This record gives sequence, C-alpha cells and structure tokens, in this order.
Amino acid sequence: MELLRFTTAGSVDDGKSTLIGRLLYDSKSIFEDQMAAVKQSSERKGLQHIDLSLLTDGLRSEREQGITIDVAYRYFATPKRKFIIADTPGHIQYTRNMVTGASTANLALVLIDARKGVVEQTCRHSFIASLLKIPHIIVCINKMDLVDYSEEAFNKVVEQYEDFAAKIDVTDIRYVPISALEGDNVVNDSVNMPWYKGESLLHTLETIHIGSDENHSDARFPVQTVIRPHAAEYHDYRGYAGRIAGGIFKPGDKITVLPSGLTSAIRSIDTYSGPVEEAFAPMSVSITLEDDIDISRGDMIVKDDSEPEVSQDLEVMLCWMAAKGPRPGAKYHLKTTTREVMAIIKEVSYKLDINTMEKLENAGDIKMNEMARVRLRTTQPVVFDEYRKNRITGSLILVDEATNETVAAGTILV
Amino acid sequence: MHKYYLTHLQELESEAIYVIREVVAQFDRPAILFSGGKDSIVVTHLARKAFWPAKIPMPLIHIDTGHNFPETMAFRDSLVADLGVQLIVGSVQEAIDKGRAVEESGINASRNELQIVSLLDTIESHKIDAAIGGARRDEEKARSKERFFSHRDEFGQWDPKNQRPELWNIFNGRKRMGEHFRVFPISNWTEMDIWNYILQENIAIPSLYFAHNREAVYRDGTWLPASEFLVLRDGEKVENKLMRFRTLGDITITGGIESDADTLEKIVAEVSATRSTERGNRSDDKRSDTSMEDRKKQGYF
Repeated sequence: MELLRFTTAGSVDDGKSTLIGRLLYDSKSIFEDQMAAVKQSSERKGLQHIDLSLLTDGLRSEREQGITIDVAYRYFATPKRKFIIADTPGHIQYTRNMVTGASTANLALVLIDARKGVVEQTCRHSFIASLLKIPHIIVCINKMDLVDYSEEAFNKVVEQYEDFAAKIDVTDIRYVPISALEGDNVVNDSVNMPWYKGESLLHTLETIHIGSDENHSDARFPVQTVIRPHAAEYHDYRGYAGRIAGGIFKPGDKITVLPSGLTSAIRSIDTYSGPVEEAFAPMSVSITLEDDIDISRGDMIVKDDSEPEVSQDLEVMLCWMAAKGPRPGAKYHLKTTTREVMAIIKEVSYKLDINTMEKLENAGDIKMNEMARVRLRTTQPVVFDEYRKNRITGSLILVDEATNETVAAGTILV
Repeated sequence: MHKYYLTHLQELESEAIYVIREVVAQFDRPAILFSGGKDSIVVTHLARKAFWPAKIPMPLIHIDTGHNFPETMAFRDSLVADLGVQLIVGSVQEAIDKGRAVEESGINASRNELQIVSLLDTIESHKIDAAIGGARRDEEKARSKERFFSHRDEFGQWDPKNQRPELWNIFNGRKRMGEHFRVFPISNWTEMDIWNYILQENIAIPSLYFAHNREAVYRDGTWLPASEFLVLRDGEKVENKLMRFRTLGDITITGGIESDADTLEKIVAEVSATRSTERGNRSDDKRSDTSMEDRKKQGYF
C-alpha cells in the first residue's frame, strides 16, 4: 500500500470541510464516538446540521471562531492507499499555512464552486501548488447539485481554469464534477451526471501514479549524524546516518562529499534489518565508506555522475512567515537539508502577487504572508539543487537569530 | 522504475527514523518518554533501528503514577535491560509526598493530571532539552495540530496558537536556555498503522493488549479493571471478563473491551473492524471538548 499526501485549502463556504468529512466518513475513518461528539457539539451550538468541520478544527480558538487557523492533518485509508490530508485555511492571511501544507504534498485538491467559477482564492491555491512544485492538481468542481448537474456549467469552469492554468507550472491537472453534500462522484460514481465519463474523486486519488514523483536520477545523501558504536564487535564502525533525498545508491558507487570535495566509494548500506543492495529516496539508512575521511552533519554525499550546486549566493523565492518583516541587514540561520549556515538578505528583486503571479518591483518591505524573490548571501557554502529538480535539496528555512522563530521558507531557483 | 517505491509503513518508518536522528543531532540531552504503551514501544523500537549497531544514545523516562498495571512495569524493566539504556523514573507519589502535587479527590479522581508536575520536574532536574513522545495526530483533535518538533516555554507550556511553521523535512530545534522541545516521530501514524507495524516487525508488547480473563467493573461504557485503587459505586459488581486493552494508561482510568483477540493477527482484524476510537475508553479525555488541549498547554504528553 502506497502513501499519498495531499493538501486542500479553502473556507467553510466552498464545502471543503463537507468534502473532507465525506471522504473520511465514506471511507469509514470517522468513528462512532467521534461522530457522536461532533453531533453533540453541533446541537449545543444550535446548528441544524452536523458540522463536520468540528472534526478538524480542534483548537479552542478555532472552535470559538468557527474557522480553520492552522494546518490540520487528517488520515484515512482505503484498501489501495493510505492518505494524509494537510487541511489548510484558504484566506490570504493564512498563505503561510497553505505553503506549509503544500510543502510535503504530492497532490493538491483545488475546490471550485460551480456557480462562481474560478475566483481569486482558486488562483491563489493553484499558484501556491505550482510554486511548491506539487506534481498533481485535482480540480473539484463542487456544488454541481446547485447547477442542475449541468455538463455545460462544468465545461465552462474547466475552460476558465484551463485559461488560467497556462500561467502555472503544473502538468498533471484533472477535473472532477462533484457534490460534496450529496456525495456525487466523491466516492461513488454519480447517477446524476451520466455525461461525465471520468473517475470519481476517490478513485482518482487511489490510482493516480505517484511513483515517479521522487527524483531517482540525482543521488543525494545529506548526513544527519555519525553512528559510532562503542562496542568491541563494531570497533571501527563509522556509519553515516541519513535519509536519501534523491537518486539511487549502491555499494561500490564512487561518491564525493560536499562541500569538502573529498572522494571515496560506498562499502555498505546498512539498516537494522541488514545490509541492502540499493537505497533510494526516501529511505533512512546508514552508509559506510571505503576510506576514513572527514565527514560530519551538514555534509552531503553525492554520486560523481551528477553533482549539485555549491555556492554562497542563492536566488530564492521566499514566503515570509513571521509577523515582523525582515530587519535591514539582519542575519538569519539558514537551514537546508541537515546543513545550517548564517545568511543575510542581500537584495529583494521583486515581490510576487500571490493572486495574479504578477511581479511587483519596488513594492516596499516584505510583510507576513508575502512572497518575494531575494538574493541570499551565506557565510559558508551551501550544497543545493534547483527546487524544481529536488524538493528536499532545493528548499530552505530562515530562523531568526534573536527569537529562534522560523521566519521564512524558501525554494531555491538557481 | 516500478520497484523504487516504499510501502506506506516503510515510508512512515523512514520518516520517524529521520525525526529521531534529527533529535539526537540537534539536542544535547534528549530522552524518550516511555509509558509502556504500544506507541512508546514502537517509538523505542524505531530509535533502536535509527542508531543500530549503536545503542539508543539517550535514556528512557517513565512517569510512575504509582497506579500502574504490574504487567506494564515488568515489561518496562525487561525492555530496558534488553536495550542496555538508562531508565529515569519520575514518581508522582514522590511529588505528592513533597507537596509538589495534590492528590485529586472525588468520584472520578485520578493521577492523570498530576503526571504533568512529575514530568516537568523530571525534565528540569535531568536538564532534558528534547523529550520524544509517542503521540499521534489521529488520536485526538488537539494533537492533530501538533508539530513534529513542538516548542515548550520555560514553564513547559505549549502555545498552540503560536507554533512554528514546519515545512518539508526541515526541523527547527533552536531554543533559549530552560526551554525544551517535545518531539513526535510517529505524528503521521494511525492506530491501524501502529498495529500493522507491530505485526510486521513482530514487536513485543505487554500481555494486557491480548485477550485475557480479568476481574473488572462495567462503568461509563467500558470495563475498568478491579484494583486496590478502584472504589465500587452503588450497584456495581466485579465480574470476570475475557477482555483486552486498546490503550494503556493508569490502571484507574484505562478501560478494557470485551474481546477474544489473543494474537496480533486477531488484534489487527479487530481494530480494522472497530467503529470507535481507542481513546473512547479513556476517562481522562472525556472531561471536556478541549480537555486534551488544556492539559497539553500545561505540559502534558
């Protein structure tokens, strides 16, 4: 059984909670006592219907305000796949939460109200999916029951979205007409839309091919820690522990350690269950080398046939996440894979309007929830790939030196 | 490229091992919070895998309420001996004796909340800067908002509205002196994943999880085990039941279910057919809609 991580974004109005509730309920992932508790809370609040958003909006402040503030993770499984939903709010003031949810997703579920068509929020979600390089988008055209299940209404929205999608960089986009409320095409095929020949949403989620989403060509192994057992039988053992971020490693492979440039070959790839003949992303393993060379946390082991970039100057698309914008000349801890260096923002090239993807030059200071293309300069070399080539080795966060808060997330452009 | 994919359990395992290794790399004095329940047993198993062939490079912490199942204690001691790791015990009885905690009274009294004092005292006195726990996001709605690396202030408190964003697999463990982190490597696992993994790896778990005959009292929809701490109410009677436990906490608050599942295979089958959550039998969660959030803010597991 494979794991599929997908993200949703939206507000109460567009039926996101209803859709998630239905996926969970119809896949029998909501238990009777959870349902009873939600029913009770709904009745206490004087609601007419069972408010499924109470399942996900668990924090006191969220329940009080009736909105999703944070990213909530929900889980369900079918006999074919296990799913992790990163359920995020959709309003612009929660862009950072949407970016967070999108960072680990294989797929984005974009909800459109069939009556309203493509709106600003649709574009925002899709741009974020594109910027974060989510490989697949499923556009759910919802509330089909309110447009008489009309094929024409569906086609109109599809056309609108296709026009817009020319601007974004996502190749796999699919469209499903649904009614989350009535259940049409969510789990079961709709009897109300015989004109729709495609699969239901759940069937699409179960079968969409995600096997090639990982980068299996450029071998990358960021070293997390060094394992040295102080035991007689493993006296000289030196295992480099980490999670493979890309490519395939095998014993005998010639490798280079970056940024030092030292070279060796792989002696063994070890796991608790025994040595393995090959290892690929996202496996956690320990690698031993033929030569005793200086390697520590923050170094990256790569194969000679494809080397990443090593530089102190980075072009990055930043999403600012802290209430206060960057201070002029401030230094930040930059974390990428297992490496940590100091960095300053040398230059802001432009800000990006997250609703229109327009570049805004000379647009003033960066504020929370804004995207900006910047140039970073680091104290030590950083080992990286372009984000579009590898989402692990191409991503970074900035941590404020004074408050220790994570203030920004970045995707590396070059 | 067909063969280059992991099953969901392999991927969850790899993610958890990555997180546990990050803890050891980023912190000076990490520890594993060990309750003797299946989730902390799985976390300990993952830690063993993460550092093999070395030993787990951190101690286990057990918060002893004094209201334990004897089976849990025996299991704990044999696991610690097998792993060759240090065990730190924080005692709730000691906290009560010293006046640091006040025993609850009344009909639903338990030592559940008192664990918070002992836990925070133990973390402080041993200067633990990262405590790894077995909480899962699917368990409870407040936990669904929890980060992998969850920051605690100098009073050990959680601020759910002001959590650090967590992106990709980059974890920010920076903190000031006196602050600490709670880290949850199995955040993305469900109860079903835990049981399937225990089955797949053949991990030893306390006998309490398997069906056995036990003296118990039916109260609030669950079978509470008879023990020296259980006070019978009017009309209640002790019965001998074939039962097992889905979760393990204190003997005073952990209810069992009627079951004849006496093998891991049968447990997996039972859990996959069940229609209620595992914490449904925990009276500590039934106190209010946000009782977990309220306890977590104070420093609970």
